[in-house]
Amino acid sequence: MRFERREQVSPILALVTPLIAVAVALLLAGVLIALAGAPVFEAYGRILTGAFGSRLAATETLARAAPLILTGLAAAVAFRARLWNIGAEGQLYLGAIAAAAASALLFGNLPGLIQIPLLFVIGAVAGMILLLIPLWLRLKFQVDEVVTTLLLNFVALLFVSMLIDTVLKDPMAFGWPQSLPVSPEAELPKIIPRSRLHIGLGVAVVLAFVVYFIQTRTAFGLQSRAAGLNPSGAAFAGVPLGRTLVLVAMMSGGLAGLAGAVEVMGVTSYVTTELSPGYGYSGIVVAMLAGLSPLGVVLAALFTATMFVGADAMSRSMGVPSYIADVTVALSLLSMLVAIFFTQYRIRK
Amino acid sequence: MSETVLDISAVSKRFGPVIANENVSLSLQRGEVIALLGENGAGKTTLMSILFGHYTADSGHVTVMGRLLPPGRPRAAIRAGIGMVHQHFSLAPNLSVLENVMTGTESLWRPWSDKARGRAKLLALSVKFGLKVDPDARLGDLSVGERQRVEILKALYNDAKILVLDEPTAVLTNIEAEQMFATLKDMARQGLSIIFISHKLDEVISTADRVIVLRGGRVVAERRAMETTKAELAGLMVGREVTRPQREAATPGAVVLQARSVTLREGGVERLKAVDFHLRAGEVLGIIGVSGNGQAALARVLGGQAEPSDGQITLFGQDFTGKDVRGVVAAGIGRIPEDRNHDGVISEMTIWENAILERLPDYTRRGLVDRKAGMDFAARIIEKFDVRGGTPSSRIGRLSGGNVQKLILGRNLIAHPKILIAAQPARGLDEGAVAAVHERILEARRAGTAVLLISEDLDEVMALADRIQAIVGGRLSPPVRPEAADARQLGLMMAGEWAMESQEADHAV
Repeated sequence: MRFERREQVSPILALVTPLIAVAVALLLAGVLIALAGAPVFEAYGRILTGAFGSRLAATETLARAAPLILTGLAAAVAFRARLWNIGAEGQLYLGAIAAAAASALLFGNLPGLIQIPLLFVIGAVAGMILLLIPLWLRLKFQVDEVVTTLLLNFVALLFVSMLIDTVLKDPMAFGWPQSLPVSPEAELPKIIPRSRLHIGLGVAVVLAFVVYFIQTRTAFGLQSRAAGLNPSGAAFAGVPLGRTLVLVAMMSGGLAGLAGAVEVMGVTSYVTTELSPGYGYSGIVVAMLAGLSPLGVVLAALFTATMFVGADAMSRSMGVPSYIADVTVALSLLSMLVAIFFTQYRIRK
Repeated sequence: MSETVLDISAVSKRFGPVIANENVSLSLQRGEVIALLGENGAGKTTLMSILFGHYTADSGHVTVMGRLLPPGRPRAAIRAGIGMVHQHFSLAPNLSVLENVMTGTESLWRPWSDKARGRAKLLALSVKFGLKVDPDARLGDLSVGERQRVEILKALYNDAKILVLDEPTAVLTNIEAEQMFATLKDMARQGLSIIFISHKLDEVISTADRVIVLRGGRVVAERRAMETTKAELAGLMVGREVTRPQREAATPGAVVLQARSVTLREGGVERLKAVDFHLRAGEVLGIIGVSGNGQAALARVLGGQAEPSDGQITLFGQDFTGKDVRGVVAAGIGRIPEDRNHDGVISEMTIWENAILERLPDYTRRGLVDRKAGMDFAARIIEKFDVRGGTPSSRIGRLSGGNVQKLILGRNLIAHPKILIAAQPARGLDEGAVAAVHERILEARRAGTAVLLISEDLDEVMALADRIQAIVGGRLSPPVRPEAADARQLGLMMAGEWAMESQEADHAV
């Protein structure tokens, strides 16, 4: 058995591949559910009803998808240009604390129509700054950004932890380490009243289309793709590598920072160190599942959110540990990576 | 001496609709050197891959020393005494020479490897065949020529009796190539049998005993090397008469570019040392030299990728300093990079994207790429420069090397550049493509383009250049005229021996 590179990847194959990957992952996870002693089909049924079975469940799932779309876009944008931003989690926290602090201390009195977009920008800028540091180190001293962005996650989280225990501590929180809340004016309007589903989802979906447009239609998109695929070829053609990477980093870090701002303004209204259940890291999985396509990120984020919300409900009712969600998402990623290989190669005997 | 060691009999292989080999037969005698000659895509490499078990033939069979070789099993091929030296080396740069040679020869279950025995065997082979290597050198530190020697030694270490080399000179300098062919002939005298794949006529005639010409997957001719000529082989290989074009008398115009004592220092190394030269419209200046002597630095300075540390360049009488790549392209300087796959194109992107990338600002309206104009531009290049194998929206990586080069030439020449900097423009191309590239360069020269031709191929420079300068250790020799120079003198210049003749040459030009 050997592999031959396909001449061209057919678009149908590219679309069907993630579906096959997810199916394979569900099949494999099914084995584990059976091992845990639960009926497999019923368990999957419970996951689906848990995620979409009621209005509450469905809005919860969609609310979960919003930050995942944003961190997924952050990873997809960076990875396209071969900028390995593993630091979306830290950028998310910095974006969240910046938005909370700006609202609580500076702009709390501004009307929502002005304050909300302003806080979005502030959150995004905070995320950008945290990614520009490792980028500067890479451009100046060739320091590997995989290491720096990853480690800055811990720096950022500890920094936030310090802030919410000191200068930004909420005096009304009975001593709990949580930040001052955003002003009521800054809370994101709900798409469906009396749910947690806020307009952040709309913002994320619109941004997915914006990123898609930038990548496929603009000169910057073409240059960043060239810089990622073949830096020396791009340099020969006059693509300014440094400037392109700076812009890519600003988009990527900005999207991750925005995810934090959206989460704090839409869901919690204050920052704790438990604001994100690993949205930054899951964003990497989402981006890979989507094959780095910005529109695919929306679907991949929905799938991931479904698994997490649904598996919670399933574990409560069937006694299967909710880790099955993590396992399934991880298995999907693995089978997706294998599937991507098969979209590019065919088997020959 | 007529002991047949290898017999390939009626081998056919198809890849889908493509015929790679059809009914190919050949036999190899002990101590014989055969050249497999053919253009890119003629089926040479496929045939050798079948021999080595990488592919399985659809029909036909291979016998080695009278025994049938089981198909599709590289291990069986190695055991039968076939050694393959690949075009792209299959060695590990982080291991030593000895470790590389021994890899794969010992069972993985042995608790430790018998390095002393390996070393003794390697040194014995190295002496016997005159292949000098240091067994303890890290492979990554060796030159390309030395790595090839290691690759050959590795085959010999496996007790190869039949050595197969896939385009052995594609990566070597002229001098390294000559040395290697001398070694191959010596090996044949000592009883090894050798097949080498090539599309270079000179080396085929000078080294092989027999030449087998493949075209379109079939054997079209077999000649004794003594009884054939370059012209005949070229005709057989391409299937029609191919003659490389020759330049006609020049009508040089004004000086368009003048470099005065240009120096380039990078990381403490002087890549260019006080270099002087000028380019005139409608004229080709050839820069010869063994690669690694500053050619790349020269191309980068003129292409806007590096700023001279010292000296001055004037372009059309104006200061050139501070121009980046886009500025250079906009000023009418065309560039053909030495390494077309690494620098010239981005193989995962489409043909039209590659066509416009270096002039992207011209195809951008308010930040958006004008896709239609880009596609039109690519379509014009494809039509005018006879680029085959793809449409504007197909991936450029699908094209053959010759067609990639035609596209690169096209994207430069279609805009009628005032200056063309061509680095190794025909390297690695087959004879038909070489002729096409040379014709295009001469066409541009006729149209008044000033061409700087950087090349290691003396035939190429002699055929195209109006003046020749040699580059050695970052210094340029004074120019000579090709009519006034022979290969010996150019060879001396490439070795840096021009000091005594410089006075004379200066007056001559």
